[in-house]
Formats: sequence, C-alpha cells, structure tokens
Amino acid sequence: MSSDSEHLVTVTANGLYCPPGGFYIDPWKPVQTAVITHAHGDHLRHGSAHYIVARPGAHIAKSRLGADQEVAPVDYGARVTLGATTVSLHPAGHILGSAQVRIEYAGQVWVVSGDYKRQEDPTCAGFEQLECDVFVSEATFALPVYRWPPAAQVVQEILGWWRSNRERGLASALFCYALGKSQRVLAELSAFTGEPVYVHGAVDSLVAAYRRAGIRMLPTLSIPNDRKTDFRGALILAPPSAAGTPWMRRFGEHASGFCSGWMRVRGDRRRRGYDRGFVISDHADWPALVRTCTATKARHILLTHGHSDSLTRYLNENGLSSSALKTDFGAQE
Amino acid sequence: MRAFSELYEELDTTTSTNLKVAAMVRYFRSTPPADAAWAAYILSGHRLKRFIGPVLMYRWLIEACGLPEWLVTESYAGVGDLAETIALLMEGVSSDATDPLQHRVAEHSLSAWIEDRLLPLRGEPEPQQRAAILGWWRTLPYRECFLVNKFLTGELRVGVSELLVTRALAEVLSMTRAEVTRRLMGEWQPSAQFWERLQRAEPAAQDPAAPYPFFLASPLEESPATLGPREHWLAEWKWDGIRSQLIRRRGLTFIWSRGEDLVSERFPEVVAAAATLPEGVVLDGELVAWREGAIRPFADLQQRIGRKKLSAAILQAVPVRFLAYDLLEQDYQDTRSLPLCERRARLEKLLSSASAVIGLSPTVDAKDWDALASLRTQSRARGVEGLMLKSLQSPYGTGRQRGVWWKWKIDPYSFDAVLLYAHPGHGRRSNLYTDYTFGVWNDGALVPVAKAYSGLSNEEISELDRWIRSHTLEKFGPSRAVEPTQVFELAYEGIAASKRHKSGIALRFPRILRRRPDKDASAADTLAALRAILAAHTNGVPPSAL
Repeated sequence: MSSDSEHLVTVTANGLYCPPGGFYIDPWKPVQTAVITHAHGDHLRHGSAHYIVARPGAHIAKSRLGADQEVAPVDYGARVTLGATTVSLHPAGHILGSAQVRIEYAGQVWVVSGDYKRQEDPTCAGFEQLECDVFVSEATFALPVYRWPPAAQVVQEILGWWRSNRERGLASALFCYALGKSQRVLAELSAFTGEPVYVHGAVDSLVAAYRRAGIRMLPTLSIPNDRKTDFRGALILAPPSAAGTPWMRRFGEHASGFCSGWMRVRGDRRRRGYDRGFVISDHADWPALVRTCTATKARHILLTHGHSDSLTRYLNENGLSSSALKTDFGAQE
Repeated sequence: MRAFSELYEELDTTTSTNLKVAAMVRYFRSTPPADAAWAAYILSGHRLKRFIGPVLMYRWLIEACGLPEWLVTESYAGVGDLAETIALLMEGVSSDATDPLQHRVAEHSLSAWIEDRLLPLRGEPEPQQRAAILGWWRTLPYRECFLVNKFLTGELRVGVSELLVTRALAEVLSMTRAEVTRRLMGEWQPSAQFWERLQRAEPAAQDPAAPYPFFLASPLEESPATLGPREHWLAEWKWDGIRSQLIRRRGLTFIWSRGEDLVSERFPEVVAAAATLPEGVVLDGELVAWREGAIRPFADLQQRIGRKKLSAAILQAVPVRFLAYDLLEQDYQDTRSLPLCERRARLEKLLSSASAVIGLSPTVDAKDWDALASLRTQSRARGVEGLMLKSLQSPYGTGRQRGVWWKWKIDPYSFDAVLLYAHPGHGRRSNLYTDYTFGVWNDGALVPVAKAYSGLSNEEISELDRWIRSHTLEKFGPSRAVEPTQVFELAYEGIAASKRHKSGIALRFPRILRRRPDKDASAADTLAALRAILAAHTNGVPPSAL
C-alpha cells in the first residue's frame, strides 16, 4: 500500500469512496452514487441520488428510503461497470440482501465486506468467501471472548425461557434489532413451534417485507391498542429502543431478554438491565473474522468499526498485513 | 455441579426476589444434604479461603489459551472479570463441547467439587495446582468453568442477599426466618451433618459459642411524643462503639460482633472479666473505648480491631469496657421473650457487683419527653450518638422490627452505606480512586444513593485505593465496581425526591464521616429508612426535631 493512486477504497468526509469508480459505499453523507452493503441505519442513509443494492434487499431499502426513492437492484454476482471499475455484489450473510462489494480495477481486486457473519441463517443467503488483494472487513466483535454458540442451541434457550415465563404467568419481552435479528429469530423459532408472536410496529413492517421475499417465519400479530389484551404467556418481539419506555407497560409483569452478540459478556447484560441475554449475532465472531480474513488471501486487510485495533495487531503478528480504517459505522447490535 | 450451575443461572437471570427465592427453594429441596449445605454457605456470602492469587491464574491463562498476552489483557479489560474471562477464552481451547468427558466432569456434585477437588489443592505445590486447574479449564463446560473460577477467586456474587437465602431456607426447613438466622449465625462448616443438624428442631446452646441474632432499632423520624407516655419507654445513651454479644457458657467466653465475627481475642480484658459472670449467661451490649470514666472516640477502638497482634502497649493505650444493656440468656434459659423491664431488672441484679470492665449501660432518666430531648442535646458533649428508646414491654426480637426499639440519633442526616463503585479522581487525585458511589439496601439488593468525594484523610484514601484495586469485581472504563463489603457512615445536608436518580432520592452534599470496619454490608441502612426521613422532611418537620 505504497501510494494513494493504488487505493480502490479510501475514507473521505462523505464516507468510503472508490476514486476510479466514482462511487461511495454506504456513505454517511448524501452523494451521487451509493453502493449499499445492507439496509441498517448506519449503512443506508437518506439523500443520495442513486442507490445500488443487491436484489433481495431492494424492497427493504425502498421501505427505508421511501417509495419515491429509486433504487437499482443488482443480482448477486452480476458484474456492473461503474466508472472505470467492474463492481459485483456477493452475499455477506448478515441480513436479507446484505452484500460484500467486490471492485475490480487494473488487475486489482478489493472487497468491502460490509457487516457479515459465517453462521447459517434461514433468512438470507450464506456468506460467499471471495479472494482479493485487499479486504475491508468489519471488526465489531474482534476479541477472542466473542465466540458464538450454535444458533439452534440459542433458539432452544429462547424457547425454554418463553415456556418457563409462561408457566409463571409472565409475558416474555424479547428485544431484537427490528431489521434482520427479529426475522432471523422468528425464522429459527419456526423450526420448533408454530405459535404466533406479538411484534412491535417497527418489527411488523419489516416482517412483512421478509414475507414478501418468501422467508418462512412464525405467524406474527400486531400489538392491539385496546389496552385489554392479556399478554401473559405471550412472546413479544420489540426493538431495544422500546425497552424501559411507557409503551412496555401494556404487557404487565414480564421478563426481558436481549438477542445480541454483546450478551456474551455477563457484565454487559447486567449493565443493560435485561433479565436474560441470548448470544445470537448477525456479525462474525472472533474465529470467523480470523478465518475469513485469512481465506481471502489478501495482501492487506483494512479493518473498520469495533475492536479493530486488536484484530489489526493480531493479524499483523500472524503475518497478515493489516491496518485500521476509521469509519462512522456503529457497533450496535 | 450441574444443578448448582443451573441454580446460579436462574438467580443470575432474574431481578425478581420472589423468583430467586423460589429457585433456591427448589434447589434446596432436591439436592443432597452436603450440596445444600455448601450452596447455603456460598449463597449467603461465605467464601472459600483463597489459596491461588488472581495474578497466578492470569499467568496460567496466558499459558493455556494460546493467545498473546496483550490480547488476553485486552479481553480481560473488555470483560472486567477474571473468572469470566478465563471461562470465555478457554472455551475456544477446550475440547469439543459434545465431548462426554466434559459432561462427566460437570456431573460431580457441588460438595464433591469443593471437598474432593478444590480444597485438597490448598497447600499443594504450584505445579500440581496448575495441572489440576488447567485440566478443569480445558474440560469443563463454560458455566461450570466460570463457577469453579469464581470459587477459586472467592468472589461469587449472584445477587442474593443473606436475607433471601434465609427466606428460602425458612421455607424449606419449615422454620421461622429468625430461627434460621440464629442457626446460621457464627462460624459453621458446610457438610451433610451440618445440613441435617440444621433441619433437626433442637434448642439452641448445643454449641456453647452460638450467639443469638441481634435485635436492631429503627431510626426515629417522628417526635418521641408520638410514642405515647414517656414512662412506657426506657431511654439509654446510644453508644458509639461495637455492638456485641458476650456469651458465658460452660466455663467459656465468646464475644461476637454485630458483623458476626468472633472478636474475643481482640478484647482479652473483657474475656478475663467475664469469668466472674454466672454460667449460662448471654449479654447484649456495646464494646467501647473507655478512659477515666468516659467513653473515647470510636477511632480509638479501631486501633484494637485493626491489629493482628495486640501489644501490651495497645491494651494499655486503649482500655475498653463492655456496657451491657440486655440479658438474652440466664441459667442457660433463653430470656428473650420476657418483657424488657423484666430482663433489665435481672440484668441490673446480675451486674450489681459490676467489674470495671463489664458494666451496666445506665438508663437516662428524665421525667418527660421534653426533659429527655434537652438531655439529648448533650449527646455530642458526652461522646454518644444520641438516645435509644426501647419499649419496656418489648421482647428481644430478631432483625429490625419497627415500633419497639428506636434510635434517636442527634444527627438524623447520617446513615450507613456500602461502597459500590469507585472512580478515579482528577488533577491532584488522578490515578487514585477518590470518588465513591455508595448504596443502601432495597428489597435485598444494594441501590446507589450517593456519591461522595470528601471526608477521608489522605492516608485513608491511599489505604482505600489499595483495597479497591484488589477487590474489583468489574471495570467500566475507568470506574470499578468493588466487592460490596465496605461500610461507610455518610453525612448529608438535605434530602429531596428525585426522578433523575434510580433510588428516587437526592442527597445534598453527601460526605464520608468515617469508615465502619466493624460493620458488614448487611448492617447498612435501607432505602426505606431514607425515604421515611424524606417523608418526614417533606411533611415540614424541621431537621432539629427529628
């Protein structure tokens, strides 16, 4: 990485920019052309002129940007010319329609991972391992304490928790990010039960978008506004922003759970005040990060958001040239 | 240990005290006696004596997990708990989770784990200790690995108070909570035999050292006139010393502090004087530093508590006295159900030939409440904390029961709180933990109520700083959560309702009056007590009348 002229991706005030392609990836300010890795709020922002997204995520992107906003869907693997570059999108396994951005220019290949995971997920296409010269990877959970248990095991835990709350006459409030995690949990649960689940309005519309994409999930119920519904024994999915708000009062006495990779650490759960933490993440854990970065056979790894310093040093010490890339992406999950 | 680790999980994943008690009840009912005894021991806050330091465990972790030291350090900083960091990192190293060996190891009972594995390691050469512990780290599933580490580091905290354990045991054993409390007092060795003894409904005093639970007074928030006629109440000075029980049975003497520590050795002159007492006698009273017919400041007494070896010089420099104010047992008969006036009469008779060292705490005689209130204003000059008001008809109860015993302190704006968090100071005080968050009890848990920055001397700050660093439970950035064991007396200037604070109250200018090493965390005040003061304050009662 000797001079800037070789860089296919750099950080600018507007976001990650590809100079020979003349486009941005997940820009945090309005730009002319935005290639989007996925539709989470810190990656898909309003105001750009053109949006390029992977086809399975087009509905969701539109629902987030508003019906008036044009988005250009591209099939996974299809090669598109942008400026002087050839760009293709490849499954990242993060959420429905999430993509890695592969950029080819002058014999060089760069891949920007976006957020990704290596675990199986019934709601989206699995991560595609690419090879490249430079790999730009997320590093949200880049500490070796973050190691995910199998999702099926965690879902059984959720089920057991729901049932034992029901035996005690309690509602179960399960907090999950509205996009991706909620649908994944509903899909994973459908392997074990057919019972309907109440969902918060923010989750509801996205569940509908996933259903339109043909994803099989538990039947869901909107939360009635009648203040008469008895929620004892019910499972309620809501975004974490709803926790502790007056909106929760309608459920009466309830147990609270949070689905997140952060729940791997006990202190984190206790600080956030949830009864139960379920370790289910849409990001790569430590072993998956190391494995993926290695398998790209890249000559250099650039790391964004999260514990990027630890992974940078670890990769360098293990003979994989690596440095950190400062971005505005969040570490929320 | 599977059953115990499931119990731990249940306790750790709910904030409801009822659910916690129910989980403990289920466990105690279904587990073998030896395990139940150990679980009761651990849950009620006892710990195994530590024989492997955290530094050594940290070094072994670096050797065992195959990660560079800096990455282990990063991980530990991110997790903030050594036992947990080990369990998390070793999960990456340990054999496959489906390995039957893992499950076999975890199946051994709690008592077998502690008695046959952990305790025998004490005193073994370091290589043997290392081999055994690394073996467990590699084979135990995550949760059991975490628990074994917690036993080793001696800092298992599961968010249950001794009170909650007592509630559960009372239900399991079909006893009153008071009876359970009495049976669990003092020093006991967990074993199947202990559990069986606990269940058998035998009278007290099988163990000559067994103390009674202390009966505690509530702070008086109203005017004493609300208590009814003055002549129904006995008034005493509230001594600034160590609340203690003096036991004389079968030729032996035991002194228990309110913190349930056996402190006999600290007070040899009291033990010697107790030899003149009749056999089968238990006195409740106060150990105070005493010179030339008057009480000395509590700080003097601390010199006696703080030392491992008592020199003749210290014994001479800080003479002590036991001031008795109640009689709990006479002729080996429990007298606690007698009315106070009867117990007091017997006590006065018993101590009529009082020695210089064991004396009677005098009653404060004033014909009416006004006269008593004016005497109370002399408290500070007398070196006492105010007055105690006890109903003459009151039996000696257990715990804190409102209505019959009141402490009418001179400064109502002080309370005892537990140190919860420490924050580094700034400027001159940077690199030292000088800012503290304190909590009081609410429903079995400690809730933060005050931050205090001043009141300690530089020496005390340094000493506390060292203590904080070696008793940290978790780090949150620069702040640390510490073991909730250190009690401080805090003073404050005013109290107001607050929506901003979790506790619902805000204290004005809280500061530390002093550290109370003689008290353990359970002796700290309650949020209810603070709220009551708030209510009285809000109702327009001026502080001076409280």
